[in-house]
Amino acid sequence: MSHILVAKDVTKQFGSHTALKNVSLEIPKNSIYGLLGPNGAGKTTLIRIINQITYPDQGSVYFDGELLKSEHIAQIGYLPEERGLYKSMKVGEQALYLAQLKGLSKDEAKKRLKYWFERLEIGDWWNKKIQELSKGMAQKIQFVVTVLHEPKLLIFDEPFSGFDPINANIIKEQILSLKEKGTSIIFSTHRMESVEELCEYIALIHKSEKILDGRLSDIKKAYKNNIFKIGLETDNQEVLVREMQDKFDVLTQEYNSIEKQLNLTVQLPSNQSSEILSFLGTRANVNGFVETIPSANDIFIKTIQNKNLDNE
Amino acid sequence: MNKLPLIIKREYIAKVRNKSFVVMTFLSPFLMVGMILLIAYLTQLNDTDKKVIGVLNDSSYFSNEFVTSEATSYINFRDISLAAAKDSTLSLGFYGLIYLPDEPNLEQVAQRAFFYSKDAPSATILGKLENSITGRLRQERLREMGLSPKEYAEMDRSYNINIETFDGNQNIKGINEIKAIIGGAFGYLIMMFIIIYGGFVMRSVIEEKTSRIIEVIISSVKPFHLMMGKIIGTSLAGITQFAIWIVSGAILLFIGLAIFDIDPASLTKGGGMAPGMSNGANVDVDALTQNIQLYAQEIFDLPIFAMLFFFIVYFVLGYLIYSSIYAAIGAAVDNETDTQQFIFPVILPLMLAIYVGFFSVFSNPNGPIAVAFSLFPLTSPIVMLMRLPWGIGEGGVPVWQLITSILILIGTFIGIVWVAAKIYRVGILMYGKKPSYKELYKWLKYSS
Repeated sequence: MSHILVAKDVTKQFGSHTALKNVSLEIPKNSIYGLLGPNGAGKTTLIRIINQITYPDQGSVYFDGELLKSEHIAQIGYLPEERGLYKSMKVGEQALYLAQLKGLSKDEAKKRLKYWFERLEIGDWWNKKIQELSKGMAQKIQFVVTVLHEPKLLIFDEPFSGFDPINANIIKEQILSLKEKGTSIIFSTHRMESVEELCEYIALIHKSEKILDGRLSDIKKAYKNNIFKIGLETDNQEVLVREMQDKFDVLTQEYNSIEKQLNLTVQLPSNQSSEILSFLGTRANVNGFVETIPSANDIFIKTIQNKNLDNE
Repeated sequence: MNKLPLIIKREYIAKVRNKSFVVMTFLSPFLMVGMILLIAYLTQLNDTDKKVIGVLNDSSYFSNEFVTSEATSYINFRDISLAAAKDSTLSLGFYGLIYLPDEPNLEQVAQRAFFYSKDAPSATILGKLENSITGRLRQERLREMGLSPKEYAEMDRSYNINIETFDGNQNIKGINEIKAIIGGAFGYLIMMFIIIYGGFVMRSVIEEKTSRIIEVIISSVKPFHLMMGKIIGTSLAGITQFAIWIVSGAILLFIGLAIFDIDPASLTKGGGMAPGMSNGANVDVDALTQNIQLYAQEIFDLPIFAMLFFFIVYFVLGYLIYSSIYAAIGAAVDNETDTQQFIFPVILPLMLAIYVGFFSVFSNPNGPIAVAFSLFPLTSPIVMLMRLPWGIGEGGVPVWQLITSILILIGTFIGIVWVAAKIYRVGILMYGKKPSYKELYKWLKYSS
């Protein structure tokens, strides 16, 4: 599989502060890649290096197989977390200007803007000044400006902040449809539920270092700890629990006497669930059996906590 | 594709469309011309407010010494007592009363002459009266020595020394002052332009920083291009503004003068004339026109083209140096209130240049101080332009100084733009606390 972006041992210092330390990443083409990490971990520095706003002290970055160079700017779209537009400039003029800076011709930019403005139903904003728009409206403009030059790689830093749920959904759909069209997307966020929804791959950066990366589903598998939630219907819960505790590692138990429902969480030595299922099959009516899969949020917190413990 | 023209265009249009800029551009000429007209009008008004002075002449020595002029007129009282004359002066609302008593000789008349007035009299009026009496005294003293009044009139003709340079050109008095005014005007213009438009550049950088668009822009263009585009765009807007001011100001002044019927010559009258000259019996009109021709000649003989050429050179280099500094300051801070600490050291050399220019260059255009400051890059754009009206080469600015000064300026320009660009590119992405000089120095060492 080819990669849209490869970073090799990227290190960046600001004075005595190390912003990035030997960070290597491989971002596959046509995927949504979540760049995660606590505040101040170095995500923004990495994104700025990809955008050639700043340059690494060591290491190298390859874009679509070539060493990153200034011509690539036209193929990257960047929506910074701290976003802004010229307040006293009109929406249309501003969008045209920013599109031209990305290398589009004026006519082409106009055509595409018209398309996007219709698509997002913001056509009548063309002659308004940014300062007359609400924050969410300005964000929409900014989104259009970011994707207008149809870059191969899009970088969104917290793209949903400032949007109400309806507009956030509209933007999410647009991001997904861009991905469908073959765009690769780097997605930096703290909102783990959107990571679950969107990201195929993730990388976790903590204290200037990459501590985890890979396909999200693989990571989840790796982080599974064989804990199963079991729902049983039984009249004889005390005996059952005792038998279960003898044979398995029961973490929690809870009994609802009205519905005769017993809920257990059980730690298994491996994810071999057949043994426990055959054991239960003769003793109770199983009406729930599910393996707990860690959420991205759990992984995020757990990995960072482990890392902090290691360092102590 | 080169994006610099795009940036220049945007910066230019953003500046030119700015409401306060438009208002300033079109209102300033009206304000300026209005001021000039008002001053001219008030001067005329003041002139027409004649002061009337009563004269009670009991002596036989004065007859027509007190001549009614534009500003003062004299009314003679006859055959009344001093007390009555005082009363009438008051009741008629005259400015004052000059009393010349009856005495056996002029010296004693002068000794015992009095000027009565309601309030403390103005110095001009007193001066006039004293001049008249002194003149009469001189005449009388000379008459006693045997000089006829006619000979006395002959004697009092005013005199101007003939002056000439060594190579035989006719020289005239006051030309140095004219040169100083022209040089000063150029220097002052540069200073004003730098302060006003440097400030615009700085505010524009701060605006980009506070509106947070900066990161979007520099993910498309190099910070250096953005900085240069901003400086050039803003200065083009400034040049547009100046051009509009000069053209509309000239038109308005012309119209204004025509409407209010003010003689332009009257604006300069009074200031330039030596006090003795107005006393001189009859000014030689021919000599005056000849003098004006000489002045005109001298002005035309100034190295106009060289001056304009070097004005542009020094203006461009000086402006680029200073506005890069302003851009760096704008990048280093988050808001305008934080700029004070950095702006003062920037304005200091400009002020110094102007003061050195006025106090040292004009009295000694080729003195050591003038030379030093016209070589020092932060002051040379102003000081060198103040020296240039004295010519280039012999008698004026030596060619080597001119070349050295420009070379130093170019070198400084490259150095400062490099430093400013470094501070700029780090600063635009820094938010939070106001940086110290030490921190700015650290930024210089960051690798790009």
